[in-house]
Order: sequence, then C-alpha cells, then structure tokens
Amino acid sequence: MNRTAIIGVGISRCGHRRDDVTHPELVYEAVREALDMAGLWIDEVDCIVYGTMDPFDGILAPEKWDGEAMGVGRLKPMIKVTTGGTTGMSIALTAYTLASSGLFDVVMAVSGQRVSENVEAQKVLNLAVDPFHDRPFGIGAIAAAAFQASSYMHRLGDSRRVEEAMAMVSSKNRTVALRNPKAHLKRPLTVEEALRSPLLIWPIKYSDSCPSSDGSAAVIFASERAAKRISDRRAWVLAADTISDSYYWGSKDLSVWDSLAILARRVYKRAGITDPRRQIDTAELYDAFSIQEILEYEAVGFAEKYKGTELLFEGLTDFHGDLPVNASGGVLSTNPIGATGLIKTAEAALQVMGAAGEHQVPDAQTSIAHAWGGALQFHTLIVLSSEIGVKRP
Amino acid sequence: MSYLYIPAKWDVEFLHSAGEFTTRFLQNLKEKKIYGVRCPRCNRVLLPPRRVCDRCFVETTDWVEVSDVGTLQSFCVVYRKFWGLPDPPYAIGVFKLDGSDEALVHFIGGVDLTDPTKLEEVVKIGRKFRAVWAEERRGHILDIKYFEPMN
Repeated sequence: MNRTAIIGVGISRCGHRRDDVTHPELVYEAVREALDMAGLWIDEVDCIVYGTMDPFDGILAPEKWDGEAMGVGRLKPMIKVTTGGTTGMSIALTAYTLASSGLFDVVMAVSGQRVSENVEAQKVLNLAVDPFHDRPFGIGAIAAAAFQASSYMHRLGDSRRVEEAMAMVSSKNRTVALRNPKAHLKRPLTVEEALRSPLLIWPIKYSDSCPSSDGSAAVIFASERAAKRISDRRAWVLAADTISDSYYWGSKDLSVWDSLAILARRVYKRAGITDPRRQIDTAELYDAFSIQEILEYEAVGFAEKYKGTELLFEGLTDFHGDLPVNASGGVLSTNPIGATGLIKTAEAALQVMGAAGEHQVPDAQTSIAHAWGGALQFHTLIVLSSEIGVKRP
Repeated sequence: MSYLYIPAKWDVEFLHSAGEFTTRFLQNLKEKKIYGVRCPRCNRVLLPPRRVCDRCFVETTDWVEVSDVGTLQSFCVVYRKFWGLPDPPYAIGVFKLDGSDEALVHFIGGVDLTDPTKLEEVVKIGRKFRAVWAEERRGHILDIKYFEPMN
C-alpha cells in the first residue's frame, strides 16, 4: 500500500427537500466543490467510486442518471459500492484502496441521496430485513437502535442515566450543527427539551433520532506522488478498514459493539495509536441515534465498557471539550443515508486540513471517521492526519 | 420559482421462497413446535435455523427442538405510526428460547403499553416469556401470536 491523502472534499448544502435540484444536480454540487478545493479538472480524476442506497430515493441505479454530474460521460472507470449505512465510507475505503494500490493516482468517491423525497423511510428499512423472520414485526433502523438502548439500560441498571446521556448527545450535536452551514437541522436543542421530546420507539425519542435529508458528498483520494504535485492541503490516510458481523439480532450482544471494538484495535495498530483519547483530536462517529454515540465511545476506546455516559457528564466530547465528537453536528443533524459516511469522512478530513470553518476544532492534527450499516453489523473506520504519523501518546 | 413535480410509487410484486431450512422451521410452527439447528463445530443451536453457521462457516447438521419459553434479552415499544408498518402501540422482544443459543424476534403481548413511564415495570429484561400460539396456523412466523410474560 502506497501512502495516500485526501486532497479535496465537497459537501452539498443538506436539508429537507432540496427541490431546487434534480438528483444529478445535487451530486454535482459536491463534486464541483471537491474538484475546486483540489484545483483539479475532471479529466485529472482517474476513477470514480459511487455509492447510494437506491430504494430510499425511488430511483434504481441512480449512478446512470448521476453520471453527468461526476464525469462518467468522459469515458472513465466507474465502480458502484453499496453497504447500507456504511455505503458512504465503503466507497471512501474503496477509493482509498484503489489510489494506494498504484492502479490509479487520483480516485474520487461520490454519493448523493435524497431521503426526504421518500414519504416513509422506515418502510424501506423494513424491506432490508429477513422477510420471513423479521419483516412482519416492522423492524427498521429505529427499532434496532431501541434494542441497543434497552439492552444498554438493562446492563447499566440505571435507565434514567442513559436517557439523560442520550439527551446530552442530541443536545450537543444539534446545537453545534448551527456552526455548520451545510447541516440540515439547525435548531438548538437543550437537554431539557430533548428529555421532553415525544417517543418514537421506546426508548428512542424524536430528539434521539436522525432526520431524513437530501445531500451529497465527494472526496478525492490521491497517491503520495499525485497528492504532493496537486495540492498542499492534505489529509493523510494513516489507516482505514472495515469489518462485518452476523445479520441476526439474536446472535449479538446489543448492549456493546464488539465488532467495532475489534475494528478499532486493528486500525489503531496500523496507525500507531496506543492511547486513542490523547492521540485523536476529534472524531466523527456515526450518531444515527444518540445511544449509538455512547456505545461507539466505548468501542473506539474513548471510554471503558459501560462507562460511555461519563464522557458526556464530564463534557469531554463537547465542541469545547478535550475530545470533540461530531463537531459537524453529526448524523443527528444531517442524514442523506448513503452519502452520510462520506460526509463523515469529508468532515474528518476538513478538521485535519484546518478547513472546517466555524466548527473547526483548534489544532486538530489527527481525526477519525466511522460509520455503521446493515443490521448493526457493518463498520468502517478511517484515521486521518495532517502529518504522516500520529503524535506520541 | 415554483418547481414542477412528478409523483412516483414502487408497486412491484415479489414471491420469496422460504427454501428448505426456513420452510421446515415454518411448517413445524403449525404443530406448535420450534426447531433450531446445531452447528457441528461450535455446538451452538442456531435460531432461526439456517444452512450455514455464520460464526464457523460450516454447514449445520441436526435439527433440535427448543422450548417455546425463553428469556427476554431486549425489547422496544413502537408508539408512532409508520406508514405501511403495524399499528402502534406494539412491543417487539428479542427472546432467547430455552435450549437455543440464539434469540428470536417476536411481538410481546399480554402487557399494558399505554403508559410508557411504567414500561420497565411490566416488561422486564431477564424475565421468562412464553409463546402464545394462534388458533389457525399456516406455516408463518405469526403462527406464534406473541410472547407473554410468565408469572
């Protein structure tokens, strides 16, 4: 594997119903921004990796229609990858792998999704479960997160503490989203308001749940040689990997995310991270539901098992804390599902490039981005840095 | 400017085959019997039954009858109506049936869901639940109506 860097990122303005654009026009917004940041003409991109979750938009294989927006008409190699909620990061990892392999010098990952054109996203999510054993019960993503939350509450033996910690995650991420011009939901939320929010699927409240957004993202990966030639603004990929686990709900302990913990250990070893809490400056964790950010703190080594809520009560992961998590406002503020993992990657890159604007974490050298997908079964994780190594623990 | 719109709907019919393993599992429900399959390598009884143990990646062998009584591992209660999905309120549980090493997802019944603040008093993780069978059974997961708490 050759050293590889992110040299350009683009994120569209995200929101409920981007009626001012068609599907390809939405994708083009992100592609244009990423190319402009890197200072590239489309023909300098050697390959495109595209991903989305087709049924959410009601358009089968939108890479055909979206082709115009990403240079497919310029007779380029184009690959599609889709893995549920991890789609956006799976395409980032594919693009990274292709650029670092030496096969291509410059590879662009692209995703666009407009979930808000869909009247009921949970119905689509229910189509993604086993039709014989799971579908009749109406299971979708919210029910899955609710299983995690009730299991976690039971393990802790203190439901009220978990409920409060969940409200703190939502309040933190929704409020910091005001700093991000691209974010969808931009309404500040207090912990008290979050606690009073109506129930969706107990114990998940409206405030614990991500919105359905329209949005797109593009991230350009370049080999070391190309990256140094093209741009002096770089986010080096120190390590990136993915992991998969069993589909069945009843085969996993839903109060912990063991598969993510295993992935984090693998990735950290390669990146030289031995003390994640000190060596990572900021993290974009996949907070589709507030409970998940808490489980993720534990899995990525920011907290010990079943101690994740402590970080919130200490304020460690606040925007002004020592280890800001989801400085972009996170998935709780913006969720164009298939594109979300790529937005996570883009945001983590912007942080170490020093280009995150109002939500820039001061002196961020090393960041991580994460996404989960499938039946709580896929994880992707990437470590990015402004330098070619991490700081000493 | 005011934009133009076009309504769209996916209305496509499918007929999914249950295959050998799931058909056998569902047929047994007609007789009020729940079967899992054993993995010859890790020895676990898998539920729902399937051809390959996803941990060991070896083919499963023996069919093992498991109990219709199990322990509640996790649950959630749906309070909002989602278009195309069952009407609220309803509860879904993850039940580890006695004699099985994995858990089955199903409805929780026989409990009062009207007051969410009292949920944890009426639905308790770690407690035993029993399958309540439908009068008419057709080889479907809903041949079990729901699981209810045992006293």
